[in-house]
Order: sequence, then C-alpha cells, then structure tokens
Amino acid sequence: MDAFIHISSSLFLLIGSFLCLSGGIGILRFPDFYTRMHAVGVTETLATAMILIGLILYNPDFLVDVKLVIILLMTLFISPTAGHALANAAMLNDKMQKDDNKQNSEVKSSTS
Amino acid sequence: MRHTILLSLYLAAFWLANSGHYSALMLSLGVISIALVVFIAHRMDVIDHEAQPLHLTLKLPAYFAWLIKEIFVSNLLVVKHIWLGNKSISPVFMTITASQKTELGKVIYANSISLTPGTVTVNIEGDKFLVHALLTQSIKDLESGDMDRRVTQLEN
Amino acid sequence: MLIAATLAILVVMIMAIMRVFIGPTLYDRVLAVNMFGTKTVLLISLLGFVMGRPEFLDIAIVYSLINFISVIGVLRYSDHFIFKQSGQSKK
Repeated sequence: MDAFIHISSSLFLLIGSFLCLSGGIGILRFPDFYTRMHAVGVTETLATAMILIGLILYNPDFLVDVKLVIILLMTLFISPTAGHALANAAMLNDKMQKDDNKQNSEVKSSTS
Repeated sequence: MRHTILLSLYLAAFWLANSGHYSALMLSLGVISIALVVFIAHRMDVIDHEAQPLHLTLKLPAYFAWLIKEIFVSNLLVVKHIWLGNKSISPVFMTITASQKTELGKVIYANSISLTPGTVTVNIEGDKFLVHALLTQSIKDLESGDMDRRVTQLEN
Repeated sequence: MLIAATLAILVVMIMAIMRVFIGPTLYDRVLAVNMFGTKTVLLISLLGFVMGRPEFLDIAIVYSLINFISVIGVLRYSDHFIFKQSGQSKK
C-alpha cells in the first residue's frame, strides 16, 4: 500500500511537470498575446493541481494537507480573475491604439 | 446576523487549520484576530450582502465535478496543440450570449469559461460575453450551450 | 521525483523570464511575470518538501496572495496612466 501511494504520487508529479513544461514552451512559441494567455492557463489549472495532488499523496500529515488544499483553491480562484483583468486591459489598449492610428491617418490625409 | 456567525466560523476553521499550535495564549490571540476581522468586515459593510451563496451550496458539488472533467479535457487539447505548433491553432474572437438572469450566475459562467484553458472571457456587456478562443472548435462547443445550460440550472 | 519536479519548475521559470525580456508588448511582460509568480508558489512548496520542512507552505500561501495583488495593481496603474506606445517602447 505504501509503495502504491509513493508510485502514484510520483506519477502525479511527473504529469504535472510535463504539463508545466508544455505551458512554458507554449508561452515562448505562440504568436500573439491572447494565445500565450491560453498557454499560461494550462500551467495554472491542471499542472498546479497535479503537482499539489502529488504532494498531498506524498505526505501523511493532515494539517500540511489542509494547507496544500488551501493553496490549490486559492490558485484556482485567482487565476481566472487575473487572466480576465489582463485580457480586458490588453483589449482596451488595442482598441485605443486602433483609434489613435485612425485619427493620425485622418489628420495626415487632411493635411496632405 | 446569520452571515456574521458563518463568517466567524469559517475564519475560526481557517485559523485552526493554519496554526497547529493549541496553547491558551495562541488560542486567545486567534480569537482576538477573528474578532478584529469581523469588526472590520462590519465597518466595510460587505457582510450580509456578499457572503456565501447559501441556496447554491447544495447544487455546487455536481457542477464542480462536471467542471473538473471539462478542465481536464480542454487542458489536454491545448497541450496537444502547443506541441503541434503554430499552424494547428485558429485563434478567434467571438461574442456569445449568456442566458443567466442574476449577476452571480453570469460571474460563475464567465469564470468557468476563463478557468477552462483555450477560452478566456475578455469583456462583458450586459449578457454578451466577448470570448477569445485558441481553437474554433472550442468556441463551437461553447455556442452549443452545454455549459450555459448547466449554470442556468445551478442558478434556479 | 521531487527534485525532478523542482528542476522542471525552474526551467519553466527561466522560460517565463525569457518572455519577460523579449516582450514585445507590456501585457506579454505582465502575463509572464504573473506566470513566474504562480510558479514561484509551486517552487516554494516543492522546496519545502525537498528540504523536509513543510512550514514553507505558509510562505507559499502569502506569496500567492501578494502575486495576485501585484498583478491587479500593475493593471490598475496601466488603466490610469495609459501606455500608448507600449508596442514600440524598449524599456
């Protein structure tokens, strides 16, 4: 039974590390901001959950397990909020830049 | 008043889980800090309006189980497309309509969309959500309304 | 296995730092810093177990909260003082 728990904890940690690395490659590889955000989403949901579940299986102390669960819940509640705020700010900035460019080109066409 | 008692109980459970020391001095310090937090919450007037949504609590576990399954599936999809490279993705902006009536339902729906990788809620105006998706297929899944229907069921 | 996972997290953090440096827009950098912060939380909790001192978890909890507040703070700042040229600036 002990060996089984040990192996499954190692398995969870391995999957978590692999998902994390995939997210890291995604953030370097994807072409623009919004697609990179999806890559970060992978590392913040399933990868974090897998690594923390691996740690929960690894150690038997109850209080430490409770703390790990608190960290997991906090990450899951925080990541969509931060992601939404970031995407919203980026979208507003894009819109503003587009308007700016339009104004500039209008000014240019009226002066030329 | 009911919410105040609930908040105190939650804070006490949180404090006990984080401390691990149960001497008299530590416990009294904990009681003082909980009283301080409840007092500040009263002064900020956030208590009794924005508390744990009691009427939802019973239906939430089934929804969470479904959401975890959904997160799992979409994670694997996104990871697959990360390894397949830039040519395999089809990023798209799309507006979808939410059928929830209360604000709480809309918040749950928007957060669920953001929590599943591959789709992010960018902007909310009324019941129109602007969603960015990594794949055209995942936005089709959202438009088919499975998640929307489940959140609406949760709300009633 | 714990040490392997720690090394993997360190590699991912280096990737995030690379994205912070190559940019190109401000929002890419904020996104990468946010990712770096969440990976730091994981690194702290893994290191606690590698060193046999799970007390590190308290620090991880506090760090995840500070990370969230710092990201929201930067975004509030960018709401008030608009970075119009963020696409071109080389800061």
